[in-house]
Amino acid sequence: MAVITSDHGPARKASLASYLYRPEVRQALYQIVLVVALVALFAILITNTAANLRKQNIASGFGFIDRTAGFDVSQHLIDYDNSMTYGRAFLVGLLNTLLVAGLGIVLATVIGFIIGISRLSTNWLVARLATVYVEVIRNVPLLLQLFFWYFAVLKSLPGPRQSYTLPGGGFVNVRGLYLPAPVPQPGFDAVWLALVIGIVASIAIHLLARRRQMLTGQQFPVLWTSLALIVLMPLGVFLFLGQPLVFDYPELKGFNFQGGMVMQPEFLALLLGLSIYTASFIAEIVRSGIQGVSKGQKEAALAIGLSKGQSLRLVVIPQAMRIIIPPLTSQFLNLTKNSSLAVAIGYPDLVSVWSGTVLNQTGQAVEVILVTMCVFLTISLIVSAFMNWFNKHMALVER
Amino acid sequence: MKPILKGILAGAAALIATAGVASAQTKTLDTVKSRGSLSCGVNVGLAGFSQPDDKGNWTGLDVDYCKAIAAAVLGDATKVKYVPTTAKERFTALQSGEIDVLIRNTTWTTARDSSLGLIFAGVNYYDGQGFMVKGSLGVKTAKELNGATVCVQTGTTTELNLADYFKANKMTYKPVVFEKLDETLQAYLAGRCDVYTTDQSGLYSVRVQQPKPEDHLVLPEIISKEPLGPSVRQGDDQWLTVVKWVHYALLNAEEAGITQANVAEMVNSTNPEIKRIVGKDGELGKGLGLPNDFVVSIVKAVGNYGELFERNVGSGSRLKIARGLNKLWNNGGLQYAPPLR
Repeated sequence: MAVITSDHGPARKASLASYLYRPEVRQALYQIVLVVALVALFAILITNTAANLRKQNIASGFGFIDRTAGFDVSQHLIDYDNSMTYGRAFLVGLLNTLLVAGLGIVLATVIGFIIGISRLSTNWLVARLATVYVEVIRNVPLLLQLFFWYFAVLKSLPGPRQSYTLPGGGFVNVRGLYLPAPVPQPGFDAVWLALVIGIVASIAIHLLARRRQMLTGQQFPVLWTSLALIVLMPLGVFLFLGQPLVFDYPELKGFNFQGGMVMQPEFLALLLGLSIYTASFIAEIVRSGIQGVSKGQKEAALAIGLSKGQSLRLVVIPQAMRIIIPPLTSQFLNLTKNSSLAVAIGYPDLVSVWSGTVLNQTGQAVEVILVTMCVFLTISLIVSAFMNWFNKHMALVER
Repeated sequence: MKPILKGILAGAAALIATAGVASAQTKTLDTVKSRGSLSCGVNVGLAGFSQPDDKGNWTGLDVDYCKAIAAAVLGDATKVKYVPTTAKERFTALQSGEIDVLIRNTTWTTARDSSLGLIFAGVNYYDGQGFMVKGSLGVKTAKELNGATVCVQTGTTTELNLADYFKANKMTYKPVVFEKLDETLQAYLAGRCDVYTTDQSGLYSVRVQQPKPEDHLVLPEIISKEPLGPSVRQGDDQWLTVVKWVHYALLNAEEAGITQANVAEMVNSTNPEIKRIVGKDGELGKGLGLPNDFVVSIVKAVGNYGELFERNVGSGSRLKIARGLNKLWNNGGLQYAPPLR
């Protein structure tokens, strides 16, 4: 604006005014003002917080990440002991969160689809049971359900010395579920290789069969060949190599079972609680999705000679998926975020390890909470980006 | 025009003064006096230290310290707002100014004194970390705990001492970490853990609440020093001094034999030391920013240190903890107060 010269001032000013009256210019201007105001607000918040922390002599910065943690964590997917750093403890917590969230999403989806379809069953008992499940589970607060799974179920289990024995060398007691751990022997890699080849071959066959069907209309039993390739081939290799796998059985030594693999009750309670709770919402989404496909579609599918199964698989479900996926994304995000309730029942997730123990030992609440929020935001954005991609993939492609 | 202008200027000045940074420097003593109540951070529930009874009245050793400070500053021990805090929330509550003083069986350590922006005013209970196991486990000493599963509360020095102890003794263990005492205890009682660990006072406190206390055994080892005491924000020396001297007043009262029962007569004592303590002689209270007879208010409200110890955790309570290290220095303990003079 400073470049306006005085001699053609009025003319330029008039054009400037009319320029300012243009709606798109105004829109842009308002947005710029808003962005500047937001940036200024955050700048004030950040500098003020930093100044306050300094004034009160509270340590700040992220230097603590390299310091020795000095505490132990009961479940770690990567190597960890108390001589490692806070940064490592952060990773341990993060992986535990991802583990329970990932398995929870899979389990909740499976249970949710089964219950959702059961609600539409023509079998009176099945449909009613599914309704009861949905109404009971989704109307009780999740935290209470977690306490139920943890404390009510835990208390009814016996101590280590009176464990229930499972067939195949496993044990259940108040300390968790102990299973024999498979220990691959030399040569087991070949089985993995066979599995990978099987999967790749199945995908190739699927693509080829599709092309053939497009061209000639002939179908190929993709499902059965894929199953044979993925299951039978690795199994054949395994048997041919003389079963290169031994099991490490859990044994009672001292206070606890040693050896084998153990699923802690905290983990099981959290996984069950989250999955069962979220499944009740997913069931409703699935039911509404299927009911959202107009009846005419199914009748038309039957009319052109598709079997009942085919009409469900090829006509109803693809259309229902379009209705189901967007709200399903929200449920996945809810499950991930709800996993932070782990802290109540002692599962060492990110919130428990990082914004619990680490926060306390360092006292750096601002940094720790900020990192925690960023992590949950990132996980949620990744999940929703994936689901958006999947949604696009499933969306109606008009030809 | 002028008054309006002045008003605007004053308003702007006030705004600048209160904006964030300045809040750290307000004088807690003045705030407490003008508010007319003390905001005291306590434990959410630990028998003997701070626990609400069935009528919602808070009782315990730490609670009595809150009352003593309120009595000294405001002359009324009931003017306390108790803010229950978990181990995790306590320091943030103090840093943010939500509470004026934190008296929540909190261990005094270097890190807490140096990097949390707070400062400890003294030690109102000398403690040490111990282990509790079920008698049926057949364990007699902590050295036999190799491979045990241990229930522990998060955000405590306990968690670190535990790791150190097992490492130093070349033993392994599995921690199960909870946020709240209740859940930690429930998990121990359900048999999820072999061992429950916290400060020994806490172990006794929890043990006495069980239907059959004799089923639980507190192991003899004390694996750490846990000096528990009140803490305040850094940078407010006046308030720090007040909290410190309330603690010393309780100790000095015990040493001088001033009790809740005899404090009314002691006011008329001719003994020069007692005259100073009860504020008949000198201006000790004034210097602290307190009424001159603040010790009398304290002792009237909660008794001296010995009395409040025995009432809350000692022989007069269900906990029956021996005074041990918490005896006065002249009885072989560690409680020693500078003279009131």
